[in-house]
Amino acid sequence: MSNPDDIEELITRLAEALAAHLARCGRDAPLMVGVHTGGVWVAKRLRQLLAIEAPLGTLNINFYRDDFTRIGMHPMVTPSDLFSVDDRHVVLIDDVLHTGRTIRAALNEIFDYGRPASVTLGVLVERSGREIPVQADAIGRSLDLASHEYVKLRGPEPLSLEITSKS
Amino acid sequence: MTSTGNTLQVDAQGRLKHFLTIAGLERDLLVNILDTAESFAGVGERAVKKVPLLRGKTIVNLFFEPSTRTRTTFELAAKRLSADVLNINASTSSTTKGESLLDTLRTLEAMHCDMFVVRHGQSGAAHFIASHAAPHISVINGGDGSHAHPTQAMLDMFAIRRHKGDFASLKVSIVGDVAHSRVARSQIHALVTLGAAEVRVVAPRTLVPPGLEKMGVRVYDNLRQGLADADVVILLRLQNERMQGALLPSAHEYFQYYGVTEERLAAAHPDAIVMHPGPLNRGVEIDSDVADGSRSVILRQVSYGIAIRMAVMSMAIGSHAAAEREEN
Repeated sequence: MSNPDDIEELITRLAEALAAHLARCGRDAPLMVGVHTGGVWVAKRLRQLLAIEAPLGTLNINFYRDDFTRIGMHPMVTPSDLFSVDDRHVVLIDDVLHTGRTIRAALNEIFDYGRPASVTLGVLVERSGREIPVQADAIGRSLDLASHEYVKLRGPEPLSLEITSKS
Repeated sequence: MTSTGNTLQVDAQGRLKHFLTIAGLERDLLVNILDTAESFAGVGERAVKKVPLLRGKTIVNLFFEPSTRTRTTFELAAKRLSADVLNINASTSSTTKGESLLDTLRTLEAMHCDMFVVRHGQSGAAHFIASHAAPHISVINGGDGSHAHPTQAMLDMFAIRRHKGDFASLKVSIVGDVAHSRVARSQIHALVTLGAAEVRVVAPRTLVPPGLEKMGVRVYDNLRQGLADADVVILLRLQNERMQGALLPSAHEYFQYYGVTEERLAAAHPDAIVMHPGPLNRGVEIDSDVADGSRSVILRQVSYGIAIRMAVMSMAIGSHAAAEREEN
């Protein structure tokens, strides 16, 4: 899994799936938005592969997390950087789709920047363990992992996937 | 500040519990506040000027002294964090005694509030409230007597960092009534902690508190010398309401010697910025040409104040939440 060639293959597969989905839905001139940190790395590559002209948007969902009252403030390094999303076809990118809570937070934040025409979700890895009904429109690959197993994207250069086991 | 003061403000993990004074806080914590504020700074420019961070929390603005700017920016900061805000303007005369302050506190606690922002005419009022409040409550000092005004000092540091960059290369001149200024005291602590190259105070001797040199400050009674080559010029308001006795002949006389005009500002570095915590006394400590001039960042300080207050509020409430979770 840590072989960089595999990552390239996953990103290419995700790019193809996204392009097909966007074409099928007639979503032109998309605005690509990555979720910090891993999602931004992946989104940068996808933006090149799909030749998207609009500048990359980034989301730091720390202010939208649902566990603030449990764990407190996260140190914020990079704030969100997003222009108006009004009437745009937003393509939201994250590295791993697990519980679905990050995407819930990201969607809430996007809608505080305006009213997009649509949101498409693309993830490099979709894994088991959803806690809320969120699903991706395009994926690099699916992984069936036990609840004590975690998959993490390391980067930015080179990108690699790491699966760890926590008891 | 004694070590007990720090135990009161910061928990064992180094997280901010209350924000009462800059004195004794670590540099890293101050930088963390500035960085967090930086990430909140863009919220006011979005379609929806709110983040849901403090949804369901109740913040009380407990003001025993009149204030417009500080109270409204605290209120706006709380609302941008989605908290509910209660504004209480208590009169100073009926509540200066510890007993009745405590009674006010107990009453508000019974309303299940999460944070008090306290402005009080007596030094130490915010400490008193923080040390007597229920464990789940955070206290932010919105100015106590002539002791401290930490959020004002941090928004000034935010302005300096944004406009002038690294503190290590900066000469900062604080001009005016330092003796009565809680803002100046907090600014000096912040500037020294953040490693400013040189911190100067420029004022007539009657308005300089004793022992200032021990804080690492150079004191000038000549405005031209005090402003020479300064990168940042911070003007303070002449606080007539706090002055007792004949410290100054008149406000007019003060302007003659210490009022900052464009001509006098020429002594400072050409790229110097001019700051003032407000409200301005035009024609007393600052000339209108300077206040409205290109080097003035006075109005931007107000917007930075919202971001700094959002940062401090979310950090303090967040650390309480985390600490409660760890105990359970």
